Amino acid sequence: MHASDQTLNGSEIFIESLRRENVEYIFGYPGGSLLKVYETLYDVHDIQHILVRHEQGATHMAEGYARATGKPGVVLVTSGPGATNTVTGIANAYMDSSPMVVFTGQVPSSLIGNDAFQEADIVGITRPITKHNFLVKDVKELAATISKAFYLATTGRPGPVLVDMPKDILNASCIFEWPETVEIRGFKPTIKCHINQVEKAAQKIAASKRPLLYIGGGVISAEASEELQKLAIQQNIPVTMTLQGLGSFPGNHPLSMGMLGMHGTYWANQAVNKCDLLIAVGARFDDRVTGKVETFAPQAFKIHNDIDPTNVDKNVKVDLPVVGDAKNFLAGLLEMMPIETESRESWLAEIKVWRELCPLTYSNGDDALRTEFVIEEVSKQTNGNAVVVTDVGQHQMWTSQFYTFLNPRSIITSGGLGTMGYGLPAAIGAAFGIKDRPVVLFCGDGGFMMNIQELVTAVHHNIPIKIFLINNSFLGMVRQWQELFHKEKYSFTDLGESNPDFVKVAEAFGCRALKAENPDSAKAAIEEALAWNDGPILVDFRVVKKDMVFPMVPAGGSISDMLLARLNPKTMV
Amino acid sequence: MKHLISVLVENKFGSLNRVAAMFSARGFNLESISIGETEDKEISRMTIVTRGDDQIISQVLKQLNRLVDTIKVIDLTRQPHVERELLLMTLKLTKTQQHEIFELINVFKGKVVDIKQKSITIEVIGSPDKINTTIDIFRPYGIKELARSGAVAIHRGE
Ligand SMILES: Cc1ncc(C[n+]2csc(CCOP(=O)(O)OP(=O)(O)O)c2C)c(N)n1
Repeated sequence: MHASDQTLNGSEIFIESLRRENVEYIFGYPGGSLLKVYETLYDVHDIQHILVRHEQGATHMAEGYARATGKPGVVLVTSGPGATNTVTGIANAYMDSSPMVVFTGQVPSSLIGNDAFQEADIVGITRPITKHNFLVKDVKELAATISKAFYLATTGRPGPVLVDMPKDILNASCIFEWPETVEIRGFKPTIKCHINQVEKAAQKIAASKRPLLYIGGGVISAEASEELQKLAIQQNIPVTMTLQGLGSFPGNHPLSMGMLGMHGTYWANQAVNKCDLLIAVGARFDDRVTGKVETFAPQAFKIHNDIDPTNVDKNVKVDLPVVGDAKNFLAGLLEMMPIETESRESWLAEIKVWRELCPLTYSNGDDALRTEFVIEEVSKQTNGNAVVVTDVGQHQMWTSQFYTFLNPRSIITSGGLGTMGYGLPAAIGAAFGIKDRPVVLFCGDGGFMMNIQELVTAVHHNIPIKIFLINNSFLGMVRQWQELFHKEKYSFTDLGESNPDFVKVAEAFGCRALKAENPDSAKAAIEEALAWNDGPILVDFRVVKKDMVFPMVPAGGSISDMLLARLNPKTMV
Repeated sequence: MKHLISVLVENKFGSLNRVAAMFSARGFNLESISIGETEDKEISRMTIVTRGDDQIISQVLKQLNRLVDTIKVIDLTRQPHVERELLLMTLKLTKTQQHEIFELINVFKGKVVDIKQKSITIEVIGSPDKINTTIDIFRPYGIKELARSGAVAIHRGE
């Protein structure tokens, strides 16, 4: 089937096009509109179809795969409910700029608009949450549309693209022609930064006494960590990262400041407050990072490099915009900047004082099991070398604080949308892509239930993910806000009575499972889980119920409003 | 401040929807939008009237550019341009007012496009300001129905 100019039906064209795009995995679920594609897939062996158990799972798996490997994730679902089930995952990939191509079956062209069985206007529904989407109207356009979809998903700022394929198109035939190049006249992202802007940035950096690099996920998707590390170390510039930027700079390096923002470190936020130059690269001044924008980096000249011009001046007015790829920007700076620079000793000393004043700590020494301990222990035992996936909530923030990320593409987490239920499927997807590093998942007991069905997928494919279930019997993060800001009215956040026995649940799925209730058994369980490679393993960590994530900048507050510890000790466990 | 933006888009199913949906999703003001084919059948021109301060308008322009179906985005506001709108309006026609109405139509360089015993339909072309004035002036005579096209605009030739 590799020769061009041969007649194929739409389903064969679909598969052949995926081959041309070097697709390894399709995360999918069949249905009426896709019967022809699945008929074709039956005899396809060079592309592996992974049967998920819910279409949302397919989207997060595809995204986990994409974030771990840098390659676009591919999803295939049927029309109507299959398509609508992908909406959360598409929105998630859109918010976090993950490359993904979603193929949906659609009712036959002649029935579109008739409220046909399993019809949903998925192109209309996903318009605001995709980078672009297509309805294929002619089988002759199918191959070209697929090639455009992959090009759009992976070029410039990555993102999800959806291709809606009516049933009749998948059955119709035409000569297969794969376009050699893609040309979309309305899509010309700026990759190369304007040289004058880079030069100005270099001058500003050279003149700065208190510079700070503020790094986002853009540096990771641009594969620019090496340039970042060189620049920061050569120029003695401390580096703070967003949740998605973690790993772009090694967390154990003295210049690493950890994460900034709502649950960022005290010293990173202080540095933002006091820096005279803020160099934002591949970050978008999200409200969870800035808090009150008026008081964000008030003394700083702000440089902002981003590949998406709409990110510039969106939330925070910057002084020097540099539109373009992060790698191009950082490499440009490296070329221009002198190697001999200031040691910036007094600035680094100032930061050191803040760091010693309010380090990240947690209570220990008793027999109670705390999430921070679990995460720190996993960090130690994996030497910071794991691919770490999280769900959403307190455990996610603690992961950012207590796992020491050393390499890019090491944290896979739902940042922009904050989707509970993301973690388990994303971890499975990551493990399909990465075989030479352990894939560990930190997941809350709330979020685990949201896509628990995918445990079957992991078991079936013998995927050796380590599921570290942080079981605090609460919707912890919401409980935290209730305690701090809502009169301690723990409204519908106590799961204690209703939670199942997760060990039994996992075992029923065919997944090995352990339980840990104190620091010693936790340590042993982590060791055991990391040594186990015959399929997934779950550890049910029974952690304290009412722990709190600190520091915390209340939503919309200034960094000076940062809460460092619980005010009311009686609510302690 | 009011801005007049001209957008060339792919003449494709859904292009208008993408633009309109972007305005509502991002909470931008959309005063009018009009669309039609250009000299190139594959390209349509949209004329958009919106309001906002410089920061908002700069976001509007960038967000428009970001849409894959948009080929070119031009803020005509600060450039030499011609802007026109079409008004179609049906007025009550009474013996006593008939004379005045015809005079006003002349003043506004309007055209009668339909006339019945008790009503008259006219068309007026002009800048949106002129259209506003026209409507104000005719209102006392009894407007039965009116339709405005929204602005269309183009660069002034060299
Ligand atoms: C799909 C979805 N629904 C609701 C929320 C709101 N929410 C954010 S964190 C959270 C609690 C998560 O609890 P759990 O999974 O147990 O994790 P923990 O915070 O305890 O670590 C909730 C309900 C969300 N982020 N996503």
